[in-house]
Amino acid sequence: MKAFSFERAIDAAQAAKRAFEMPGSKFIAGGTNLLDLMKHEIEVPPHLIDVTHIGLDEITATDDGGLRIGALVSNTALGADERIRRDYPVLSRALFAGASSQLRNKASTGGNLLQRTRCPYFFDPKMPCNKREPGAGCAALDEGADTRQLGVIGTSDHCIATHPSDMAVALRVLDAEVETIDPEGRTRRLTLDEFYLLPDDTPEVENALSPGEIITAVVLPAPVGGTQRYFKVRDRASYAFALVSVALIEQENGEGRVALGGVAPRPWRRDDADAELANGATAVMAKLLDGARPTPDNAYKLVLAERTLAALLAKE
Amino acid sequence: MDFNQSADENLFDRARIIGKPHKRIDGALKVTGTAPYAYERNDVVENHLVGYPLGASIAKGRITRMDAAAARNAEGVAAVITALDIDELPRADSNVAKLFGGDLVEHYHQAIAVVVAETLEQARAATSLIEVEYEETPGEFDLDDAWKRLQDRDVINEVGDVDAAFERAEVSIDEIYHTASQSHAMMEPHASIADWCDGKHLTLWTSNQMIAWSKKALATTLELDEADIRLESPFVGGGFGGKLWLRADAVLAALGSRETGRPVKVALPRPFIFNNATHRSGTVQRLRIAANKDGRITAFDHSAISHTLPGGSGEDAVNQTRCFYAGENRRVAHHAIDMNLPEAADMRAPGEASGLAVLEIAMDEMAEKLGLDPVEFRILNDTQVNPEEPHKRYSDRHFVECLQKGSEAFGWRERNKVPGSRREGQWLIGQGVAGAYRGAITMDSGARVRLSQGKLVVETDMTDIGTGSYTIIAQTVAETMGVTMDEVEVRLGNSAYPVSSGSGGQFGAASSTAGVYAACLALQEEIGKRLSIESPRFENGRVVSGDQDLGLFEIEGEELVGEDTLHFGDFQDEIELGTFGAHFVEVAVNAYTGETRLRRMLSVCDAGRILNPITARSQVLGGMVMSIGAALSESLSIDTARGFFANHDLAGYEIAVHADIPEQEVIFLDTLDGASTPLKAKGVGELGICGGAAAVANAMYNATGIRLRDYPLTLDRMLDRLPAI
Amino acid sequence: MTSTTTFEKHRESAQTRSSVALTINGQRHELTLDNRTTLLDALREHLNLTGSKKGCDHGQCGACTVFIDGQRVNACLTLAVMHQDDEITTIEGVGGVEHLDPMQQAFIDHDAFQCGYCTPGQICSAKATLEEIRAGIPSHVTKELTGPIELSDEEIRERMSGNLCRCGAYANILEAIRQVAKERA
Repeated sequence: MKAFSFERAIDAAQAAKRAFEMPGSKFIAGGTNLLDLMKHEIEVPPHLIDVTHIGLDEITATDDGGLRIGALVSNTALGADERIRRDYPVLSRALFAGASSQLRNKASTGGNLLQRTRCPYFFDPKMPCNKREPGAGCAALDEGADTRQLGVIGTSDHCIATHPSDMAVALRVLDAEVETIDPEGRTRRLTLDEFYLLPDDTPEVENALSPGEIITAVVLPAPVGGTQRYFKVRDRASYAFALVSVALIEQENGEGRVALGGVAPRPWRRDDADAELANGATAVMAKLLDGARPTPDNAYKLVLAERTLAALLAKE
Repeated sequence: MDFNQSADENLFDRARIIGKPHKRIDGALKVTGTAPYAYERNDVVENHLVGYPLGASIAKGRITRMDAAAARNAEGVAAVITALDIDELPRADSNVAKLFGGDLVEHYHQAIAVVVAETLEQARAATSLIEVEYEETPGEFDLDDAWKRLQDRDVINEVGDVDAAFERAEVSIDEIYHTASQSHAMMEPHASIADWCDGKHLTLWTSNQMIAWSKKALATTLELDEADIRLESPFVGGGFGGKLWLRADAVLAALGSRETGRPVKVALPRPFIFNNATHRSGTVQRLRIAANKDGRITAFDHSAISHTLPGGSGEDAVNQTRCFYAGENRRVAHHAIDMNLPEAADMRAPGEASGLAVLEIAMDEMAEKLGLDPVEFRILNDTQVNPEEPHKRYSDRHFVECLQKGSEAFGWRERNKVPGSRREGQWLIGQGVAGAYRGAITMDSGARVRLSQGKLVVETDMTDIGTGSYTIIAQTVAETMGVTMDEVEVRLGNSAYPVSSGSGGQFGAASSTAGVYAACLALQEEIGKRLSIESPRFENGRVVSGDQDLGLFEIEGEELVGEDTLHFGDFQDEIELGTFGAHFVEVAVNAYTGETRLRRMLSVCDAGRILNPITARSQVLGGMVMSIGAALSESLSIDTARGFFANHDLAGYEIAVHADIPEQEVIFLDTLDGASTPLKAKGVGELGICGGAAAVANAMYNATGIRLRDYPLTLDRMLDRLPAI
Repeated sequence: MTSTTTFEKHRESAQTRSSVALTINGQRHELTLDNRTTLLDALREHLNLTGSKKGCDHGQCGACTVFIDGQRVNACLTLAVMHQDDEITTIEGVGGVEHLDPMQQAFIDHDAFQCGYCTPGQICSAKATLEEIRAGIPSHVTKELTGPIELSDEEIRERMSGNLCRCGAYANILEAIRQVAKERA
């Protein structure tokens, strides 16, 4: 871990301003991903801005019947919130499917969105990785690499990493938006597809945040009802990243929404795939995974995604 | 004391304390976090520095340049020692990979520098300032490639005419299997504090299973006299074979201390546990079994390969096949293939864990082909002699009883007999069985017992790696000397104490308690001399002989000391000593996703006298858990492009978590093996991991009708064969 | 993108140490620490509180579990300087050899450990597990998100899954937790 200076921000606007003034600085909230990466010198910020005292730790009702989740609300508090459990159960389920109690107690909503891939080559600073070091190459693309956990769609010739968040998959299926404030004090809202950028030839750029811009909240639209479920498939029964996860909202009229985790650089959803829901898992995946480019070691994810959705749709 | 013949009836057959459940005597220290592990010895070391290692970033080649100037100038740095600064250190016989020094790189994350600084933060940051250039050479990393290339495999042993037996076999199987490379993944990383400030006398507070071996290895590696080395390892946060040897933490700490003149501590960062330290090699195995229609096995042909750095022995997966089941014709072969991966070495039940994971699937396959119940098939092929050398009888083997008792307790008769036919909602339910075997090795073991100020103090370099050594040794002293547990103090893991068996190969409990028993007898003799009495009895805290009756702790005069080593005689070479067991498993496999979750597991063990049913049960439970991990999730992923284990952390290398472990039960048969030790005990620490993975595999087959032969048995291997959606 | 040199210049000139007052097990400690110091290293290396263990240093094992303001966290993944005014409880604050907490006693009674290295973290998590169930916080295995939470074996196992035990003492850990839950009921 490289040395850094440290300050405590008093509010989001000031934090954004300070971050802009201090190039390379990082916000730290829960720290559960950032410190992990800093110990490996995958992240080397010269300056940290502690945002744990800027408020933003409440969940409040919005005018249109939705909820505004402060960026500092912990994963535990979010998953356990009665309104979330009642009206957005897929989000609660996704949160509790992730990490451990210890990590969820510390991890923040904003930080969860910003967590970085678990690709083993990203995590090993001695391996070439375009995400860590643009232009260095990608060890995961070499024949013989360990790609069992890596992405099958939305990837590029420069990076096949996945986004590891469970929460984000549920937020995507709920059409949540990310609210930010920039150093000029301007706020904006982004859908998750606007927020997360695909790697293409710049895998180091993972999201649309501009320098200094900070996430202040995640906004949930009014509840959509339906049966909401999150099915996370992993090798061990707990405390593991998803091989594949499926967030599903089913309405009584057969309509619904599907998002996938563990397969792509961002939570993966397509409107045309949602439209196939009444036609079953195979039809949905034909759209949702159209254009997939798996490796021999992770092609199983295509089958697994389909079978996982089938398991959710099966009435048994 | 020589142990030259089987023990007759003795005091342990009338035991008050041995064989009874006693809670761990070191329990309070462990639950309060006050048991001192190696890196925490602030009680004995002051003013220490912190060392942090740098690992090689290639698998094979030479270092052409190292520039440590920036690291040396970094804040807080007291010293940087690079591999190019010193010649390659001599390798001890027990080390295969080099530990430090010289330009040769033999494996990824080989230690190539250590930075010593005032704080961890400073030392860690400075390591990344060291610039390294390499000349890389191609390496061998793919065991499957090696298997394909390899035509002639060394035959270790052949009995009878195996080829003829297969030609005339009425029923046979011939399959290829894979087991994965595995990491010990003990919770406490390798760690040491070294004080070698004067460059002559080295004190090492470390985390090590084998004090005497490691002292010898240190002497060789650092070119010191053994007399100038002291090792302490009173608490070991797990070893499983990973801490049998001298490793880089100790060497780097020592070099750092000599260089700076201050004590230095080094813990291996977690990623180093996977690629710097040792691991269990994966295997490719071919197993053929031939039998008559009646189910009697006529031949075994088991060949296997594993990987190793040149000079090592890999993972010999065929050994148990030589002796576990009957059969006149048998052939085994193992090739350790030279590969440029980190050092493959012993991990819990080396050989058997991988071999039984395969043999016991094959036995299940044979039983099915023969139309026999897998339990009955195993019973039918039990043997009471070593089938390779039939004059060697098993001293005490109750494998059949393990199977029978287990069947009864598990409800085996009610099991689902048609694979893939029992379904509960989305889950397919199945049961499986596997046999367990592990040799009962004994190792000479010494101890010293002192009658001192109202208590008996026992000292031996034996270690407690979670096995319960403190407790069973106290029980042995209390039993033999006729005192209570409270009156015994146990001191372990110090090279100043008599050399013991150490902890490994499941020989520790049986061997070390025998050594402590010998030391107790030596003390009794000293007491007899002091009191001038013949054959005193020691009971209820008193020494009794004829009409003499004196409190043990009332003996006056200088401290009395008894010291001895129990030597195991050659007679054990002419008999077969083993431990046996049977595992029963019920699994649920998701018919859609292939996720496998255990529902319950029972293990029945035959391991002679169980010295302490509490700690022994924990050992078996732990072995079972490790076998579940081995079955379902543990695999070091070899990147065959770059030659290293890519998943080198505890998120990527998935050991079983609490949610993976369902109801577990352990049954010990009430057996005694007088040929093993005076206490008639055998080890049980590795039996639990032997065969357990195969029981899971067989249960999965029973659940799904899908036969998996490659570990770990992950869902991607069977998705294409699960019921259609 | 700003050049690495600018970062390094900043590091050289900036203040990279901070003063912080940590309240640990009810006792206040004034420290000046390298900003990089994790709470775990502050405990183990600066305060001689070595009960919290370092198993992985990356939030992947749970051996460093402590309480911050009543919630269990991994001490290895939080900076000490971020905990000014927080109430921190470590295993040393849970109980000592002469005054064991009921959970510590239950771990001894059920042989809920072997090597002992993960044990302090397990005990902190075990206590937190019961509290979290009592507080109505759901888990991955909770059947009905909006219903009451059962104190079942399945719930306990899931909630304890952030604490690895390579010795495999899980079955006995479960028994220990059940004993304490029963005593409380």
